[in-house]
Amino acid sequence: MASISTSEFKNGLKFLMDGQPCTIVDNTIVQPGKGQAFNRVKYRNLITGKVLENTFKSGEKVESADVMDTDLQYLYADGEFWHFMDPTSFEQYQAGPAAVVDVDKWLVEQDMCTVTLWNGDPIVVKPPKQVILEVTDTDPGLKGDTAGTGGKPATLSTGAVVQVPLFITIGEKIICNTETGEYVSRAK
Amino acid sequence: MTSERIELLQKRAQALTVLRDYFRKNAVMEVDTPVLSRAAVSDVHLSSLQTAIDLPNVGQQQIYYLHTSPEYPMKRLLCEGIGDIYYLGKVFRNGDLSPRHQPEFTMLEWYRLDFDLSEMVEETLSVAQLLLGRLSTEVMTYQQAFSRFAGIDDIHHTSAEVCRACLQKHQVSEIIGVDADDKPLWEQLVLTEVIEPQLGQGGLTCLTHFPAREAALAQISPDNNLTAERFEVFYQGMELANGYHELQDADAYRQRFEANQLLRRQNGLAEVPLDEALLQTLKEQGLPDCSGVAMGFDRLFALSQGKTDLADILSFDTLNA
Repeated sequence: MASISTSEFKNGLKFLMDGQPCTIVDNTIVQPGKGQAFNRVKYRNLITGKVLENTFKSGEKVESADVMDTDLQYLYADGEFWHFMDPTSFEQYQAGPAAVVDVDKWLVEQDMCTVTLWNGDPIVVKPPKQVILEVTDTDPGLKGDTAGTGGKPATLSTGAVVQVPLFITIGEKIICNTETGEYVSRAK
Repeated sequence: MTSERIELLQKRAQALTVLRDYFRKNAVMEVDTPVLSRAAVSDVHLSSLQTAIDLPNVGQQQIYYLHTSPEYPMKRLLCEGIGDIYYLGKVFRNGDLSPRHQPEFTMLEWYRLDFDLSEMVEETLSVAQLLLGRLSTEVMTYQQAFSRFAGIDDIHHTSAEVCRACLQKHQVSEIIGVDADDKPLWEQLVLTEVIEPQLGQGGLTCLTHFPAREAALAQISPDNNLTAERFEVFYQGMELANGYHELQDADAYRQRFEANQLLRRQNGLAEVPLDEALLQTLKEQGLPDCSGVAMGFDRLFALSQGKTDLADILSFDTLNA
């Protein structure tokens, strides 16, 4: 495994901390002038998503992490794993629950997702920014209502619940923003 | 160019003028020493930039170093009898880039004949106030600061373990790469992580009597050989100035330079050419009794403008130069 010196630290660098892949969010050199320099490093654990902070003596080394982002097509979930495929090589990958926590409700079959692979295994799945989903349950629509006057909850085909305008009815397809979890518009 | 930026650069020009006026009124002469030198500072924690120069009749290209401070040529001038002097201009340090560091920065450095440590502290605090305005000031020893801000009463005799426990108590994030029993380094971390952020809050704080192992080129205290006649001034957690009651003994200069070279070898750093011209002048002519201080002008000016990132008060910072 390649080792990386603190002098090569920069934002976005992937490294291993306590055996888990992490990415540097912020790297500040603490240079007292009269003494040893340190790197104060904020980093995100890519498996837990937690942001942590450590101070490294300058010149210390960490191990690099074999982490890469790749675009994969979401195929299906079998109740235990979420299955993805590389549309060029047709190679398949299975992601465990930790990789899709908080995003499984936005996974639509055939959609292209950004998947972070660590040693070839999916550890983080990022759905497209916008997805189209069908409304499976909501209160009956009100005629004459227009957007912007409050809203009502709607349950979508994946189980996601979003606030939608009152005119949306069961069976309609809507566009949602997966980052904010908000309704965007009707799908044409 | 925004009007805010023009105004800031005007204020910067005014600040430089205020400082020059102060020294003119106090009969301290401005000197413009070489930026390029055949020698470099040997301090393990400073890294000089270097360049190769074509010098006709000298033959091959010569390596010259950009100064990290004007200290050595200024001391040569002091040996030659120039009297009170100051330098206000650019210095260079390799590898330093953060909100409070730029590889190229403006330094104010001055020397006063027959000033002892407390007189130099007093003048340094009043020079800082020329730009920061009237502020309360407090002067305490390094040891008192550890007692007051870190709860460690006798830092010069305490253990690495006490320093580590102090960091833990103050919830400093985990530190990686320091040997458990490396007391000087754990002590440094208590200073930088726990104490310094508390210094100079609401006024100027001056720490005096740093440990003798960090004497640099300061005299060892006559009454306590564990400490050196060195001081630093802080404002809002930022170090502004670093001063010494200057070492005079030419042999001691060589010993400290050579101790640095040894540390450089042990740390896998390249040795640097020592300033033989300085060593020779110290030996032949002798440095008069004096105190000197180096002040970071950019930091001082930034804080006077309510800024904490040096990039905000430069015409162009290093990444945009």
